[in-house]
Amino acid sequence: MRKWFGYILIATVLVFDNSVLAIVPFPGRTGRAIQQDTTGYVSPFRDQNERCFKCHGQSKYEYSNENLGLTVKALMCSERIVDRNQFYSSNHKSFSCTDCHSEGYAEFPHPGELRMEQKFNCLDCHGGDPAYEKYQFEEIDSEYRQSTHFKLEKEGFSCWKCHNPHYYKLNIRDNKNISEAVIYDNNLCLNCHANFKNFQLLTDAMEINIVREHNWLPNQSSHFKSVRCIECHAKANDTLLVAHLIKPKEEAVRGCNECHSKNSILMSSLYKHLSKEERKSNGFVNAVMLNQSYVIGANRNEYLNLISLIIFGLVLLAIAVHIIFRIKSSIKAKGGDNVSVS
Amino acid sequence: MYLYPKWVRLWHVINAFLIIVLIITGISMQYTDRENAAYLMGFSRAVKWHNISASFLVANYVFFILGNAITGNGRYYKLPLKNLISDIMTQFRYYAYGKFRGEKHPFPVNTERKFNPLQRFTYVLAMYVAFPLLIISGFGLLFPETVINRFFGVSGLILTDILHISMGFCLSIFLVVHIYTCTLGAKTFSHFRSIITGYQEPDEQ
Repeated sequence: MRKWFGYILIATVLVFDNSVLAIVPFPGRTGRAIQQDTTGYVSPFRDQNERCFKCHGQSKYEYSNENLGLTVKALMCSERIVDRNQFYSSNHKSFSCTDCHSEGYAEFPHPGELRMEQKFNCLDCHGGDPAYEKYQFEEIDSEYRQSTHFKLEKEGFSCWKCHNPHYYKLNIRDNKNISEAVIYDNNLCLNCHANFKNFQLLTDAMEINIVREHNWLPNQSSHFKSVRCIECHAKANDTLLVAHLIKPKEEAVRGCNECHSKNSILMSSLYKHLSKEERKSNGFVNAVMLNQSYVIGANRNEYLNLISLIIFGLVLLAIAVHIIFRIKSSIKAKGGDNVSVS
Repeated sequence: MYLYPKWVRLWHVINAFLIIVLIITGISMQYTDRENAAYLMGFSRAVKWHNISASFLVANYVFFILGNAITGNGRYYKLPLKNLISDIMTQFRYYAYGKFRGEKHPFPVNTERKFNPLQRFTYVLAMYVAFPLLIISGFGLLFPETVINRFFGVSGLILTDILHISMGFCLSIFLVVHIYTCTLGAKTFSHFRSIITGYQEPDEQ
């Protein structure tokens, strides 16, 4: 049953992605023909950007073919569609399209050589900038370079495979709803690892069946809903909010106690942003987890532990006292000749 | 006198074995840490055997309930409300005081009264209150998707787990007291012998 639940969970993410679009910013997944900006945000480059969104903001576009004297309607390639609403809700919403893309795109038809333009990566803008120091982009880059994903750079892997620059929105630090953060982050992984169309662009490996690969995991669906893939698949980092050193699958965490313990690794990963709060609340260890979840072994209650020990001690004490009285009465009854407990 | 038919003895020995396994595995799950991953039996092994034992325990409990219903053994678990408290207090006073003064057993065992009032009361609490709560909360923890998310603002899983470990703890205490009170028969091991042979020696008079 749990296995099927897992299948359904992944199928839900992949098939009914319109329902999770608000938190899953995959490019090119909108089926809407024409979209209006409803964010209320007024970009300083709104009019300038609209020249691009006019075609790239929806699945259908049209242009005037002067040679033929016709207005041609065509479908936009799904990879080239940018959702206005998500862009104007993202961290990069104040950008002009040509801040990152060539000014040459203002020309239509776009010059063919522009397709070969090199894309920026995160560090090109954020690296070495004191304004972004707290986000530790250099540390993230250092982790990424040690991760198993870095080996795929020649195949086309980059920051953008996980973090879409058009839609990226800082999620976990101002979001106390952990379950949304879990869905958001896990969808970044599932976008390739449960979607062979994308997966095959980066590797010749066989298609992965996520559910089957995790058959060993008890309560699989609960784990999938409650923790992120990186909890087990990335090396925990004491300084980074989100670990980026993705380990080879052979090195993934398999020990239950890594999470199910008083010193749970979840406190230094999924709950790191909240862990500055009190570690204990009403006697619960790692109490911040309790807002969204309950982890056996990690959320033991020290008051209950103490009370149970006291009760157990009192019971043993009562039994010990009873035994002493039994021995005494037995000695008394038999005149001290034959001591037995009965 | 013959008090414990074969099915009761079979149910009892299975129940005893499973409860001990469940206590050990339960403690393992609750207290195993990264630093002492092999505590008792380790988390993953504890989860596996806890689940397996619990499944058998449920089956054994159903066997007990059906057996009680079919054979009439259930009559020993009916609590007479009349004089309930005073009978319990009389029995308690006997264990705590009268036994040492050589007083007669206030409720000697016979075929119509297999359990004294204190036994009957604790057995009913254990088998008809604690056990069902333990099983229901255990089901909730095994299938967390069946537990309501929030209950009066508190996580349903937390409440379920607290109920489960509380009932588990109560039954652990019951086990310790049960084993000890079983030494209070005619002779120290009389009751232990009874639950193996089915025959009970009369209580000390």
